[in-house]
Amino acid sequence: MAFVRWFKRNLVVIGGLLTLGYLLLPNVVVTVFSFNKPKGRFNYEWQQFSLDAWRDPCGVADMCGSLSISLQIAVWATIGATILGTMIAFALVRYRFRARGAVNSLIFLPMAMPEVVMAASLLTLFLNLGAQLGFWTILIAHIMFCLSFVVTAVKARVMSMDPRLEQAAQDLYAGPVQTFLRVTLPIAAPGIAAGALLAFALSFDDFIITNFNAGSTVTFPMFVWGSAQRGTPVQINVIGTAMFIVAVLFVLAGMVISNRRNKQKA
Amino acid sequence: MTTDNGGDVRLSGISKTYGSFTAVHPLDLTVPEGSFFALLGASGCGKTTTLRMIAGLEEPSSGTVFLGDQEVTHLPPYKRPVNTVFQSYALFPHLDIFENVAFGLRRRGIKSVKKQVEDMLELVQLGEQARKKPHQLSGGQQQRVAVARALINHPKVLLLDEPLGALDLKLRRQMQLELKRIQTEVGITFVHVTHDQEEAMTMADTVAVMNAGRVEQLGAPADLYENPQTTFVANFLGTSNLIEAAVDGKDGDDIVLAAGGGKLVLPQARCSAPTTTGGKVLVGVRPEKISLTHIDDAGEIPGGRNRITGRIADSSFIGVSTQYVIDSAVCPEFEVYSQNIDRDARLTPGAEVVLHWSPAHTFGLDAAQDIDAGVETVEEEAA
Repeated sequence: MAFVRWFKRNLVVIGGLLTLGYLLLPNVVVTVFSFNKPKGRFNYEWQQFSLDAWRDPCGVADMCGSLSISLQIAVWATIGATILGTMIAFALVRYRFRARGAVNSLIFLPMAMPEVVMAASLLTLFLNLGAQLGFWTILIAHIMFCLSFVVTAVKARVMSMDPRLEQAAQDLYAGPVQTFLRVTLPIAAPGIAAGALLAFALSFDDFIITNFNAGSTVTFPMFVWGSAQRGTPVQINVIGTAMFIVAVLFVLAGMVISNRRNKQKA
Repeated sequence: MTTDNGGDVRLSGISKTYGSFTAVHPLDLTVPEGSFFALLGASGCGKTTTLRMIAGLEEPSSGTVFLGDQEVTHLPPYKRPVNTVFQSYALFPHLDIFENVAFGLRRRGIKSVKKQVEDMLELVQLGEQARKKPHQLSGGQQQRVAVARALINHPKVLLLDEPLGALDLKLRRQMQLELKRIQTEVGITFVHVTHDQEEAMTMADTVAVMNAGRVEQLGAPADLYENPQTTFVANFLGTSNLIEAAVDGKDGDDIVLAAGGGKLVLPQARCSAPTTTGGKVLVGVRPEKISLTHIDDAGEIPGGRNRITGRIADSSFIGVSTQYVIDSAVCPEFEVYSQNIDRDARLTPGAEVVLHWSPAHTFGLDAAQDIDAGVETVEEEAA
């Protein structure tokens, strides 16, 4: 009886923990198997503990090269999509222009359209233009689909911004450039940062669109896919675990900083 | 940004139209240097638009704006020696209080701001809060930051756009006195926009009552209250009893009027309407100017006073005074506020009474106007 009552009272917490477990379980498996010493070419069965892969993460041919390409594309796609997306978001919220309605709905298309369809039509376009498939076609494709996410994130922030703040800045002797740099941009920053993070994650992860438009360039997701046919090196798990840890560290650092800031102010 | 030129604000013929809608009709207005000037009116009357044209946040459709000797009509806001306290304050949420207040100084390239900012925060009694963010302050504190942020620039004119609208009643009263104190201390011209007639009268030296894009009347608060020129002013500023009467003739400096069988006397000087014999005039009197006497004692009323008979329809006791609503032949809902000095126990609903007041407290208005102009708004605002 007491257990039932305890269970009822903590139902939400238990549900939350179970969901978290469900989310984290694949990561745990990836991490555990990064310490495996597989027999044969596939890293699917636990054999014995080993630090071999961690000691030599680039030991697999071409893997670190593809990782570097993926990171470069992700960085440039993030920068490109964030700048363009922020400008589109401001334009959509602040100005009334003729194609505003159309732009507003078209910007959501990349989010709604099946990736395969988009990938195939992009490839058609590139081939018709006679473009050389590779780094640049991947980058163009990534900026394109990251844009809509950046626009959505920034737009929400800009829409909730009081236009009087900018008027107040102007009233206090800030010209248009100063107003933008000192008031508009800092206030929109959380939205822009959220958009940029999304863009980075989406670009780094993307497989389908990249695979269609990559030519002979191999990104990290493509490398993992390719090697899965022939045998999966443990280093893939090492890279996966490392990315996970870096992401968690970023989040923790953010939390600590904002906590400390709040404590200082209080 | 202070120069040696005068700090008068002169608006000549400024108007603002949005498409076919005219927010402000061509308007001439001079706000003398160092005065506390209020633009009073219901929402949508054009008072905020007028203020924003002075600030430069709105470009006039016609006319010119002068600050002292300088024409600023087409100057952008950041080049005008004017600062605004915005409705809901518009404090920068990403900056702390110190940086909010220092914003204007820094934008003008002033390096050593610390002393000035600290003095200014002291003036508005927020020295302790300098390193907090705006959202950590109460409404009243935020309001004072907004005032400090504007005042630190020593503008020629400080514009206040409904600065107290978001505060509760008690705090509002306190801030009214506070703002008045600050204005007296710094001596800067304040132009204050408000829909609260009490606020305008408490704080301002001069009030301009606006209605539908026009200034209805301009004057000192007591002047406006005692001698309104239009029904809108009579009803919007406090409460007025208005009676429709016909001009019967003249008696020296007084006009004699006929209303509902009785005679009323109105000094010629207090009548803003044309008075030809037989013409109509609206006779007004403020509720607190009227005395109530039970009909049995009617003989004791001194001669020479305006009288009306009626029946008490309703009375409400509110402490310092009792407010009566009187049903009379000339005016269906005559309001009377009576001080609670000696209360006559017979003055209860249903009692027959005589209302009487001195002719000197009577004012006359043009009968061609809407008798209820400005009434609705007052009730809305009070609710």
